[in-house]
Amino acid sequence: MICNECGKKPATVHITKIENGKKTNMHLCEQCALAKGVLNMNMGFSINDLLAGMLNAGAPLPIKVDFMEDPSCPVCGMKYSKFRETGRFGCGNCYKTFGDRLTPLFRRVHGNISHTGKIPKRTGGKLKIAREIESLKLQLTNAINNEEYEKAAELRDRIRALEKKNGRDE
Amino acid sequence: MMCGWITQEGPQNEIVLSSRVRLARNIVNTPFPSYLSVEEAYNLLNQVETAVNKDGKRSYKLYNMSNMPVLEKQVLLEKHLISPDLAKSVKGAALVSEDGLISIMINEEDHIRIQSILPGFQMKNAWDIGNEVDDLLEETLDYTYDEKLGYLTCCPTNVGTGMRASSMVHLPALNMIGNISKILQTVTQIGLTIRGMYGEGTEFQGNLFQISNQITLGLSEDEIVENINAVTTQIVEKEREARNLLMNNNRIQLEDRVWRALGILRNARVITSQEAMKLLSDVRLGMDLNIIKNLTATQLNEIMIETQPANVQKYAGEELTPEARDIIRAEIIRKKL
Repeated sequence: MICNECGKKPATVHITKIENGKKTNMHLCEQCALAKGVLNMNMGFSINDLLAGMLNAGAPLPIKVDFMEDPSCPVCGMKYSKFRETGRFGCGNCYKTFGDRLTPLFRRVHGNISHTGKIPKRTGGKLKIAREIESLKLQLTNAINNEEYEKAAELRDRIRALEKKNGRDE
Repeated sequence: MMCGWITQEGPQNEIVLSSRVRLARNIVNTPFPSYLSVEEAYNLLNQVETAVNKDGKRSYKLYNMSNMPVLEKQVLLEKHLISPDLAKSVKGAALVSEDGLISIMINEEDHIRIQSILPGFQMKNAWDIGNEVDDLLEETLDYTYDEKLGYLTCCPTNVGTGMRASSMVHLPALNMIGNISKILQTVTQIGLTIRGMYGEGTEFQGNLFQISNQITLGLSEDEIVENINAVTTQIVEKEREARNLLMNNNRIQLEDRVWRALGILRNARVITSQEAMKLLSDVRLGMDLNIIKNLTATQLNEIMIETQPANVQKYAGEELTPEARDIIRAEIIRKKL
């Protein structure tokens, strides 16, 4: 078979794409496949397939899970089995509903399971302070280890002030 | 309509065409767009529009996907102001700032996607602008946010920062000397990805590549920006080295290639989009190496976007067959050069 693209070299990359029930075949030589970017990219292999694969393949399940159990989200009605199929959540509450089942997925996709970035300005005020306290405590330990006692005292005061501020909001 | 990243000068514009940041945000207790009715989606759009106009600092133009001609959508798409998925959605809408630097997509995969796109290499500024718009929206809207997981998104690949930062780079010399696949491979190994000019699954046209982050959970926005910056800087350096190498060893061949490209662009009567992109890439390289003078990066940006299929048809004022487009495209290029 000859490459569909250049019409010269033999086709070695064969791609079958099914979109909206319509099947198309492509036969390309390696160069053309590279040029079209299909060799390196997950063409014909959607992110859904990938995510679904990650969820299904050996994700360690909590010991007491009933295999027939299929939780559904109280807000949007999304079932866990449907999520596994599509790789898309139905609403923000799905994250809570599916809970720990998702952890292995996050670990595989991101290599991490906790957010360390931005906290919403208006609604995340307290959390922001809590994070700042954490960071200051780390600096405090460092300061003590380096015997920078003046700096340590200053840090301690700042931590106390922030803790007081966070406590008062409660 | 103005589109800042195309028409304005930017730092290191000769290699980095644009710096873009996209933030995915969603509203609490509301199903994601594909589960919303048209009416609910419309209400959401109104909420976002009210929220973004609260401080009156910038003015936005609303584009409603449901009542826009297909061609108009494609024009926005070619200018990178909306995504292919938004263009396809009947519930989708976009609020685009007057200068075209900010585009807020509503009811795409997520409720809100804030995009800021700046000319040249200025990722930090792009993040700052996106961040500012995000703060403004959050003054009014309640986002789905989890203490541990951050911003919750429709697709688990976006959870955390919801941030995708990308630089669009022009790498003709690396492509010529055949180093590009090695670089692409390395980049993917460190949690970044490279795509064609129009995003996921698109071709590498005109030696243009988009470098973007894959990981959104566990890294802060600043770290993501730093990563893209570091990798982009290195790739830019490699591209410069490759350009010098070509200039030192194959100067006359390179000059020939550049001048031929300009010759064809200035004289062609029929030209496909693919050929135009390839030749524009040669001319852009020639301009940076001072082989061609009296041309600017922004001029080439404008030609590049205005010769995309939908923009050509907009210029002509009617829908055209591909063959007819090729004739009009040649005409636009001749006028501009």
